[in-house]
Amino acid sequence: MIVDVRSLSRRFGKLEAVKDVSFGVAEGEVFGFLGPNGAGKTTTINMLCTLLTPTAGAATVNGFDIVRQRSDVRRSIGLVFQQPTLDEYLTAEQNLRFHGYAYGMPAAVREPRMRELLEMVELWDRRKSDVRTYSGGMKRRLEIARGLLHHPRVLFLDEPTLGLDPQTRRRIWQYLLDLREREGLTIFMTTHYMDEAEYCDRIAIIDHGGIVGLDTPRALKDLVGGDLISLRAGDTAAAVAEIQGRYGIDPQVTDDTIRFHVPDGETFLPDLVRTFGQPMESVGLDRPTLDDVFLTLTGHEIRDEEVSGYDQMLRRGRGPH
Amino acid sequence: MAENWRGVWVVAYRELLRFVRDRSRLVSSFAFPLLFLVIFGAGFSQTMGALAPGVDFVQFMYPGILAMTVLTTSLFAGISVVWDREFGFLKEVLVAPMGRTGIVVGKAFGAVVVAGIQVGIMLVLAPIVGVPLDLVAIAALVPIVVILSLGLAGLGILVASFMRSQQGFQLLIQIIIFPLIFLAGVFFPVNAVPVWLEVISKLNPLTYGVDAIRQVLLGPEAAQAGLGVTVFGHTMTVVEDVLVVAALGSVLLGAAVWAFRRQE
Repeated sequence: MIVDVRSLSRRFGKLEAVKDVSFGVAEGEVFGFLGPNGAGKTTTINMLCTLLTPTAGAATVNGFDIVRQRSDVRRSIGLVFQQPTLDEYLTAEQNLRFHGYAYGMPAAVREPRMRELLEMVELWDRRKSDVRTYSGGMKRRLEIARGLLHHPRVLFLDEPTLGLDPQTRRRIWQYLLDLREREGLTIFMTTHYMDEAEYCDRIAIIDHGGIVGLDTPRALKDLVGGDLISLRAGDTAAAVAEIQGRYGIDPQVTDDTIRFHVPDGETFLPDLVRTFGQPMESVGLDRPTLDDVFLTLTGHEIRDEEVSGYDQMLRRGRGPH
Repeated sequence: MAENWRGVWVVAYRELLRFVRDRSRLVSSFAFPLLFLVIFGAGFSQTMGALAPGVDFVQFMYPGILAMTVLTTSLFAGISVVWDREFGFLKEVLVAPMGRTGIVVGKAFGAVVVAGIQVGIMLVLAPIVGVPLDLVAIAALVPIVVILSLGLAGLGILVASFMRSQQGFQLLIQIIIFPLIFLAGVFFPVNAVPVWLEVISKLNPLTYGVDAIRQVLLGPEAAQAGLGVTVFGHTMTVVEDVLVVAALGSVLLGAAVWAFRRQE
């Protein structure tokens, strides 16, 4: 495990931001932390990247202890924070060069790497412009290039595409997945965008400072009860009878639409279409989303959680926990 | 240790880069001392005449203005700590494999280099105001400016470590700067003022920085003639002045390192 977390906890006064969190991330994996704002995602990242000392528990990154071997951890990781951390009054090139100096990179390694990464994020032509003239998406791309400059083993991304338009988000993901292929990079990211979590090999769902579920996106969705098939047939009653007879499933019928869950909709659907005895008017497949997973695991939606840590603390104090 | 050294030069390098690229800072840092020199000089020179044999008011004030430039530049260097925190760049610095102590010392050395450049340009005015300049004097000025600037930058970073906004920092630094400058013997000899003013001025460490620069530029004779700093009947020498400044400077820089490290 390139990231190994054992019972990590962090409290701020009375607020337990992260409590007893354990997980491992394998080398080359894209690992996602999914949860609402204030769930403890950023606190966990800050501990793993040595910016914050845990109050209990331990963790290693690339085999180095996050408290006792801070410098080795720092050298092993690249970071892209939620808020921009560029010097906007310097050029892109100067920002990258500063990073190279700070990580003690020799010029012979630094300069070609700078070019390679700037070309990858399509900023090579703008390398001599001040960063303050960049758009939000360009800044984020530059930060990703900077985070990768010193050949880190693990790239930490805290909400890497927050506030960016869908097109830019897709492009950023192209770079990241491409890098994973080429450099065997491990990616650890937090997000509260459900569609973004789909890129992950495994997802940890975090709520109120603890992990409530951890698996592949597919396995997590299976928790909800599989895929939803919606079907309209010429003869509804006959269709229902056939489904009951062939698959042993009791479908729901509303307004002539027949609905039922199957574990693996993608392979079920072609089979159904090929062999169903009744004429069909329409058939549809709905995969459960991670929103559904989050709701199933936590009992609440991810979106209504945009509250401050203080509010959460108050609510938790009064809640049934 | 290597990580602290790298921190020193990397951070100092950036401070310098920022200074060079920011022309307005370059200009404004001269405007203020120059204004003092011209207006106060023109205003007082005629009425006051020579303060000591061969030393008129402008010549007396000129070394003080140099010290003032060092003071302003060094103290304000702390603003980059606040700036970096506000704009997030501090995180980039803090997660890099560089020692925290090195980062603070690097910020301070960045201030030293900037202050040094400014003093260097101000020295061009020396012949105009009638202060003789030779290589020995310039060589003696270098360590004095470095020591004075390091300590004051320490004070600036110390203040910055507790401030969350640039406005707050600027306000507090202004409050610190004015008494320091006006009670440091920049505009009048501290031996020749009412006792209360004399006591406060002699408690002000900047007084010794001003005196050191003044003695290097005007010669020890001027100090003996009453323009120096006399403590308990003893007229301070350049070396003693520098020792006072160095002692206090180390405390301030040490406190700055402590304050910077304590933040998570």
